Amino acid sequence: MHSTWVIFRRELASYFTTPLAYVFIVIFLVMAGALTFFVGNFFDRGQADLLPFFNYHPWLYLVLIPALAMRLWAEERKSGTIELFLTLPVSIAAAVFGKFFAAWAFAAIALALTFPFWITVNVLGHPDNGVILASYIGSLLMAGAFLSIGAALSALTKNQVIAFVVTAATCFVFTVSGSPIVLGFLTPWAPTALIDVVASLSFLTHFNAIMRGVIEVPDAVFFVSVIALFLYANAVIVELKKAD
Amino acid sequence: MALLGTATMHIPSAPEIPMAEMVAVRDLTRRFGAILAVDRVSFSVERGEVLGFLGPNGAGKSTTMKMITGFLAPTEGTAVVCGADIVADPIAAKRRIGYLPEGAPAYPDMTPRSFLRFIAAIRGYAGDEAKRRIDLAVARTALASVMEQPIETLSKGFKRRVGLAQALLHDPDVLILDEPTDGLDPNQKHEVRTLIRALAPEKAIVISTHLLEEVDAVCSRAIVIAAGRLLADATPVELAARSRLHNAVRVSLAAGHDEAETALRRLPGVAAVERIDNAGDRALLVLPRGGQAIVGEVTDLVRTAGWAVRGLSVERGRLDEVFRTITA
Repeated sequence: MHSTWVIFRRELASYFTTPLAYVFIVIFLVMAGALTFFVGNFFDRGQADLLPFFNYHPWLYLVLIPALAMRLWAEERKSGTIELFLTLPVSIAAAVFGKFFAAWAFAAIALALTFPFWITVNVLGHPDNGVILASYIGSLLMAGAFLSIGAALSALTKNQVIAFVVTAATCFVFTVSGSPIVLGFLTPWAPTALIDVVASLSFLTHFNAIMRGVIEVPDAVFFVSVIALFLYANAVIVELKKAD
Repeated sequence: MALLGTATMHIPSAPEIPMAEMVAVRDLTRRFGAILAVDRVSFSVERGEVLGFLGPNGAGKSTTMKMITGFLAPTEGTAVVCGADIVADPIAAKRRIGYLPEGAPAYPDMTPRSFLRFIAAIRGYAGDEAKRRIDLAVARTALASVMEQPIETLSKGFKRRVGLAQALLHDPDVLILDEPTDGLDPNQKHEVRTLIRALAPEKAIVISTHLLEEVDAVCSRAIVIAAGRLLADATPVELAARSRLHNAVRVSLAAGHDEAETALRRLPGVAAVERIDNAGDRALLVLPRGGQAIVGEVTDLVRTAGWAVRGLSVERGRLDEVFRTITA
């Protein structure tokens, strides 16, 4: 527990010692604003809710979360610090959790800085703040799922660009697995059971369910399971690949 | 504070009998696919010893060190560090080791201060205890002047010292240093070697190197490894004694080298006489038969023949020559 906390603090601080944190947060906020107001027609809809804001989160995350996750292990492997890090008296689990939670906390900070949207909608009308809170939680869970995928894939390579591209592609498949883009490949030949399983893995479907305002247990459990699964994979990959 | 408590508890709970054998490496083996990188290497290191780990590049030195420090899992065999098995109980073993990996990696965007604070925290030190330990490590490695600069902006020598400070911070019983002086200038090398010698009495130290002068300078014992196999385990003096030059006598005369050469060859203990000509500085190198001491015979001959001697010295043997013979 203690070493997880120490690693968490170091990792989180490391985002802010480089320009990465500031670049990421500014771009995240600008893009969230642009998508909400111009593409999502926030004002023209005439409705006091944040649906146009949350609707674009999966697509925003698709680009930005892999950028956050790509350095987690690839950078340590490239610079050789992984050898120092993993010969300290820490367990692989503490290392994996510390890094993941630091990245997730950073994503949470970026997400929390979107509070002006919430203030705006409350000034303009009377939104259902319960729905908004549920959407924020859902968005954070989805960011965590994207990050866990990115963390695991980052451990596979020393090259951060490869980590970025592979993570973005994998996250894309997970995001749209309920849509014809993915299911179109399967329907001609796969059994219905498999198609149902693949469709149920869709981040979009689960996120949309949460955005409707109720955090249903299965949707939350889905994201937490994805995180747990990929963090486990992350630990296995680190163990196998660390010395390559 | 609870952690501080457990840290201080460690000292009395250490075995009453001083543990002589601090590192025991047993049949350590590592395969990478079809390549056998380290092949059943066994040795042990006791407190007070500085073990020089020698071998050509790619011999398996770093791989062996990575296994002892728990970074790389052995394919077979294990290493026991202060009673803790690195395979069975890696965290306990890692607590007892200070490790400087090859190239002294450190987080480039951190300053030495924040980096050492991180190391102190992860080793369970907080507050005044952490500060005291950081100050001591910084003083030992003379880092005070660069504490607030990002590590990526530091010179190679300072980076190496940051790595050493990190390894020394918890005052470990076992120090494993992978090429600690590689890339340093002669003054910095001297400083690091002085530090290693100062630490030696109370610790077991393993340093890998391909600089043989370093073995002479700091090591009490040397092991030679090539192609993953342990080829020699001896003191530097014993190793040097295997040299063909061991007990050879170097004679430098004012004149008459030709005549002297013929006379020296006739001595019963002499195997051969070689001529040395270093940019006009001529001398004869008298090689003994079977490494016996021939300096007495040679000086007797010099005296009776009445040669004008400019210099006469006995060779101890050269490590580089032994190294080449063993690892060729």
